[in-house]
Amino acid sequence: MQHYSAFSLARHALSHHKNWQSAWRKADPKPRYDAVIIGGGGHGLSTAYYLAKNHGMKRVAVLERGWIGGGNTGRNTTAVRSNYFYPESVALYDLSLRLYEGLSKELNYNIMLSQRGMLIAAHTPIQMEICNRIANAMQLNGVDGRLMTAAEAEEKAPLVNKSKGARYKCMGGIWQDRAGTARHDAVAWGYARAASAMGIDIIENCEVTEVFTSSGAVAGVETTRGKIQTERLGVAAAGATPGLVQMVGGDLPIHNYDLQAFVSEPVKPCLDTVLLYLGTGTYVSQSDKGELVIGGGLDRVPTHGQKGNLPTQETVISGLLEMFPAFAQLKLLRQWAGVVDVVPDSSPVIGPVGPEGMFVNCGWGTGGFKAIPAGGYLLAHLLATGEHHDISRPFDLNRFAQGRLIDEAAGSGIAH
Amino acid sequence: MQQFPCPFCGLRNETEFHFAFEAGHPRPEPAKDVSDAEWAKYLYLHKAPKGKSSEIWLHLTCHEYFILHRDTVTREVLSCDVLPGAEA
Repeated sequence: MQHYSAFSLARHALSHHKNWQSAWRKADPKPRYDAVIIGGGGHGLSTAYYLAKNHGMKRVAVLERGWIGGGNTGRNTTAVRSNYFYPESVALYDLSLRLYEGLSKELNYNIMLSQRGMLIAAHTPIQMEICNRIANAMQLNGVDGRLMTAAEAEEKAPLVNKSKGARYKCMGGIWQDRAGTARHDAVAWGYARAASAMGIDIIENCEVTEVFTSSGAVAGVETTRGKIQTERLGVAAAGATPGLVQMVGGDLPIHNYDLQAFVSEPVKPCLDTVLLYLGTGTYVSQSDKGELVIGGGLDRVPTHGQKGNLPTQETVISGLLEMFPAFAQLKLLRQWAGVVDVVPDSSPVIGPVGPEGMFVNCGWGTGGFKAIPAGGYLLAHLLATGEHHDISRPFDLNRFAQGRLIDEAAGSGIAH
Repeated sequence: MQQFPCPFCGLRNETEFHFAFEAGHPRPEPAKDVSDAEWAKYLYLHKAPKGKSSEIWLHLTCHEYFILHRDTVTREVLSCDVLPGAEA
């Protein structure tokens, strides 16, 4: 692997940048691997990386139906944060945030982590009480989080609607200092490059069509690029996960919906934080290029089509304009949607499913990007040891039969 | 704005409708013989089909539940039905 540095940049400038190596190898499938991961998004690629790095497993393939990072990894709003309510969730999402904090250096790939902070803004006294409760919970769980006053919030988002008739006048909210954004493509590419350098095969245009089992254990997969034998299978395929698990006769507590996002034309710096408004459900940040990156709630129509519907678009944008009337002058440049796998308690499903040797990392719903390092770290632990890591154990599928749900929709007001 | 058909009211805007659950998911009976796993399966486990799907929807304005046959990839509505035993 070519090391990236200011020096290598200068050296390649002498040859007009024509001699850079590909960041990762385009591999062809081999007949047999120690472990196979289905899904070449952030979660699948980070799983491969941590399998090699933490567990020394290098005969591993990542199978991707399309191109790596082309699913939800390339379709989110790039926010990273750990401002959750339950101890189990905070342990999970903060593991992720801590891994993100060291990731650019670890991968020698700039993921452009920008810890500009995040404000979850309230506009009623009742919402402020809920914010206080979450801030207290975050502090009890050992994560940086605090209540922010209206004056301080207005300083963070100076263009927010302060007029007398404002319907959602900001009263303050929860602040997390370590939250922020990261470059989503760079996360996928950085993990792919580092995993490939350790010998892992990243195989694109390779769709899994069948999962083989032998006496109750995984034996291999049939793909559009041939049959591959393996005894350990990890699935990190977001909305495609239910279909893959049904190949071995299992069902998951997942409905698929679209989550839309939008980008405006670029403008000068006007918002130096990630802002989520509880009242409108709309969230917004400004990219380094100056575009506003906007997201909101789910389309409430189950779907596998990556399109997004118009009523939700209207809801999200009208929410944005309630918060920032000045943004009405901006044009939207792009709109897109990703298929998100939504679980009733808004927490992921991580653990064994179906035959022996098969594990899933799914159900992240609208919050998968921020969880990429932790999802991969924990799925790698499961694949290598066959056992749960302490952080992933509460998120096992068995929590539904045991009635031990981790309801973050109720806990931290996550609208998914 | 897409329009969905209600068997009682005809074509209406999609915002008037709410997805309830996948069709063909009968409640296991009698309750005292149902295991935790069976009950959890009934409550939580779904198929999330890709392509043709039959779903129970609620028309929020008339408050009737009905069956909607759709394609989950193209979003095309194929047809709608009243629930078994009901009359339109």
